[in-house]
Amino acid sequence: MIAPFLVQFAQMLLVLALAPLLTGLVRKVKARLQRRAGPPLVQPYRDLRRLLGKDAVMAENASWLFRVAPYTVFACTWVAAALVPTFGTGLMFSWTGDLIVIVALLGTARFVQSLAALDIGTAFGGIGASREAMIASLAEPATILIVFCVALIAGSTQLSTVAEHMLNAQVGLRVSLALALVALSIVTLTENARIPVDNPATHLELTMVHEAMVLEYSGRHLAMIELSVSIKLLLYLSVIGCIFFPAGLAGAGAGPTVLLVGALVYPIKLAVGGILLGIFEMSIAKMRVFRLPNFVGAALMLGLLGLLLLFVSRGM
Amino acid sequence: MIASVLFSIVLLIALGIAGAIVARAPVGRFLVYGGCLLVGLASLTTGLVAIGAPVEHLRLPLGVPWVGVQLRLDALSGFFLSILGLGTAGASLFAIGYSRHDTEPQRILPFYPLFIAGMHSVLLADDAFAFLFAWETMSLASWALTMAAHKEPGNARAGFVYLSMAVFSGLAMLLAFATMAGAGGSYAFDAMRAAHPAAGPIAAAFALALIGAGSKAGLVPLHVWLPLAHPVAPSPVSALMSGVMTKIAIYGFIRVVFDLLGGAPWWAATIVLILGGITAVLGVLHALMERDLKRLLAYSTVENIGIVFVGLGLAMAFRANGFPTGAALAFTAALFHALNHTMFKSLLFFGAGAVLHATGTRDIEKLGGLIRRMPVTSVAVLAGCFAISALPPMNGFASEWLTFQAILLRPELPQWGLKLAIPADGALLALAAALAAACFVRAFGIAFLGRPRTPAAEQAHETDIWSRAAMVLFAVLCLLTGLFPGVAIDLLAPVAHAMTGARMPVQISDPWLTTIPIASGHSSYNALLLFLFVGGSGWLAAVAVKRLGSRVLRRAPPWDCGFPDPTPMTQYTAASMGQPIKRVYGALVFRARDKVDMPAPGETRAARLTSTKSDPIWDGIYVPIGRFVGFVATHLNVLQFLTIRRYLGFVFVALIVLLAALALWQ
Repeated sequence: MIAPFLVQFAQMLLVLALAPLLTGLVRKVKARLQRRAGPPLVQPYRDLRRLLGKDAVMAENASWLFRVAPYTVFACTWVAAALVPTFGTGLMFSWTGDLIVIVALLGTARFVQSLAALDIGTAFGGIGASREAMIASLAEPATILIVFCVALIAGSTQLSTVAEHMLNAQVGLRVSLALALVALSIVTLTENARIPVDNPATHLELTMVHEAMVLEYSGRHLAMIELSVSIKLLLYLSVIGCIFFPAGLAGAGAGPTVLLVGALVYPIKLAVGGILLGIFEMSIAKMRVFRLPNFVGAALMLGLLGLLLLFVSRGM
Repeated sequence: MIASVLFSIVLLIALGIAGAIVARAPVGRFLVYGGCLLVGLASLTTGLVAIGAPVEHLRLPLGVPWVGVQLRLDALSGFFLSILGLGTAGASLFAIGYSRHDTEPQRILPFYPLFIAGMHSVLLADDAFAFLFAWETMSLASWALTMAAHKEPGNARAGFVYLSMAVFSGLAMLLAFATMAGAGGSYAFDAMRAAHPAAGPIAAAFALALIGAGSKAGLVPLHVWLPLAHPVAPSPVSALMSGVMTKIAIYGFIRVVFDLLGGAPWWAATIVLILGGITAVLGVLHALMERDLKRLLAYSTVENIGIVFVGLGLAMAFRANGFPTGAALAFTAALFHALNHTMFKSLLFFGAGAVLHATGTRDIEKLGGLIRRMPVTSVAVLAGCFAISALPPMNGFASEWLTFQAILLRPELPQWGLKLAIPADGALLALAAALAAACFVRAFGIAFLGRPRTPAAEQAHETDIWSRAAMVLFAVLCLLTGLFPGVAIDLLAPVAHAMTGARMPVQISDPWLTTIPIASGHSSYNALLLFLFVGGSGWLAAVAVKRLGSRVLRRAPPWDCGFPDPTPMTQYTAASMGQPIKRVYGALVFRARDKVDMPAPGETRAARLTSTKSDPIWDGIYVPIGRFVGFVATHLNVLQFLTIRRYLGFVFVALIVLLAALALWQ
């Protein structure tokens, strides 16, 4: 009883603590590849502290929804991240929600965020919400299809059970899993507003999606949103890690040593993911908005292909 | 209990007559809607009791001589009776307040109770005659209600399309029963249950029932009347038509296919699965392009009917392959979604009605900023939008989650059609869910958020206390059903057992009220804990931030990248909000085209943007049929003005031809 609770609690804190560092790492990698010194790794923490200390400025006509949204977005993202095994699968509350619930929680966060973007009634809020809706309408079903693929292979939609299965059973090389990995990578880029879908570093009006939605936020509200963005990136890398690269993950009921190993391996996995993401972002150009359906649609089609393969043949 | 439902029906008919008499008096609406509210509550209770109670029969000496009217109340009709009661109670409560501005109450009050009485009778009927009579009463009364504002442009056409489709639906149901009655010719449902028809009649009866019930429910391609007829009725009636009458149609389908036919072959399941998936996606895509709030909701009903039919198709597929536990899961998911849809769609139609009253328009392009003018309505509608977009912890998510779990069962099915249709439906449902979220971000965001786009929206006022009560009640119900899905699943167990031969595991005894559809290692969902976690961490974050950081909140003009614009016209509109999705999906499905006519530099004429789209179903099926009917009618017109000799000659020739055919056939 105590051990799962500790694992759960430690993981929630770990997620919160590591998320800004991961964002800092990706920024650093990108800066180094551009031959810039780049901000220090801990800059995102400093940004958060600075934002927290500033006054929040809100538009005159903003409603209660605008104020509630940052906390809702943060809470949904954090709870979703709490359901993802990071260093150990023995989470106390993993049964409260499965992978579909995790996707839906992130959907709730997006829903609230889009509404908040429309609340002020500016053109930028609208442009962000409208594009986000278009991108999400492709990325979300793609995620669900990836979830289906993984769930059919592991015989469960419970992410902890899936991770245990991937860790222990001889899953082997499967075509559907490979398709799912590619699709999930595309979804990760899309959902986290990374290049080539969106550019987290830009405020160039016509290209931004996520930044356009949060344009009116400031101070502590912006801090909550920035933190949620970091957690979301960490969540996606953790999902990829625990499903496709489960090595080092501590199983349920593991002893302290194994847990410690898990806790050491996990940051390494994240770092590898972050560095790869930085390299990828530097090696590709941002796409035009209406090229995106092809890119994200590819994830949808790969997910569907994987699912069809699994329904047709169990060995694929 | 069957007697109490009968009493309700009699009472409703009496209310209808009373409504016709006292329509003009101010007491009329209190009498009729108050009476319907009580009947609704009674039906809700009776239905809930009837689900677990033994089957009741009753034979009335009415109708066709020597046959009478057979009535029956079992678990299935009990469940739908409780849906009907809930929807009726909510709509009537809303209507008490909403109807205070009705200019012509005599066009609504007599038909409203009659419509509800018709739906009650469909659920009780246990022979084909009673069923069809009740079915047509329901159609005709609701048609009369859609024509309440018959002078407004477009309404007459909507009524005509609705009436044609209703007649078509009734005809298909009639033929379905005729096929099942077979050579024996007994129209009692008991005889149909006992009969074991051959494959041919089963196929015919299934197809006819799918057409008949599907056109009433709004299954693509028979959905065209819904977005026309549902919006033009008064808002409480729209709520009843979209939230409840479509469920009665689903009841008709289940009654015929699952009960009277005793299951359908696998190919039938494949057809239902394919149609359901297409219905879900096409419905929500239409809703995304719509700017009329009530029509948007009607299209979204089409989407949800698709989701229910996917669940039913899965149940049919599993049942045909001898997998009753899977069938029970899929069937429960379908019925649970039907119940949820009644709740949130009624709620959203109430909200649309409140907006219509407050601003005088259903066009979301003319709204905006209502969250500040109508605080209660907007919170309730927001809850409804959460529920219909399948977001946790609301009820819509719970039932869609169950449907996904049914898809993921993946038993060894030998048929290739099912092997491909089930995963394809998984993809279509996921697509529909994502598009529904986009659709309701757009609907709520444009209508309730932002700045008012017209003076009418600027001067909107909060609605009356009855309407608010109805909306808040349904919003709370949506949340509670979402938090405790196990209660609904357990409630549905006897229905699932009667229709599929198995039931889902008992949920209420699971620790922490977790929903575990198959086994605990397989999948589980605990909405209550999730809700507490999200609420708790949101609250914790807010407290921590206030403690650690600044507490100051300043109000300033919007920043808008340094160029704030004081005119609300520069906001995003519903059309611009939907444009990217229209461009991605609409180009494929609706052949949507945007043509920009940009004058050359120096020219003084204005630039133009022409946006076109076409409805493939309407243009591909209904327009040719209409053209064909027109063609035939024009050419048969010559027969209209003949002499009596010619007519007698025709009669003679017809007689000869018929006799000759008879002689040849024998």
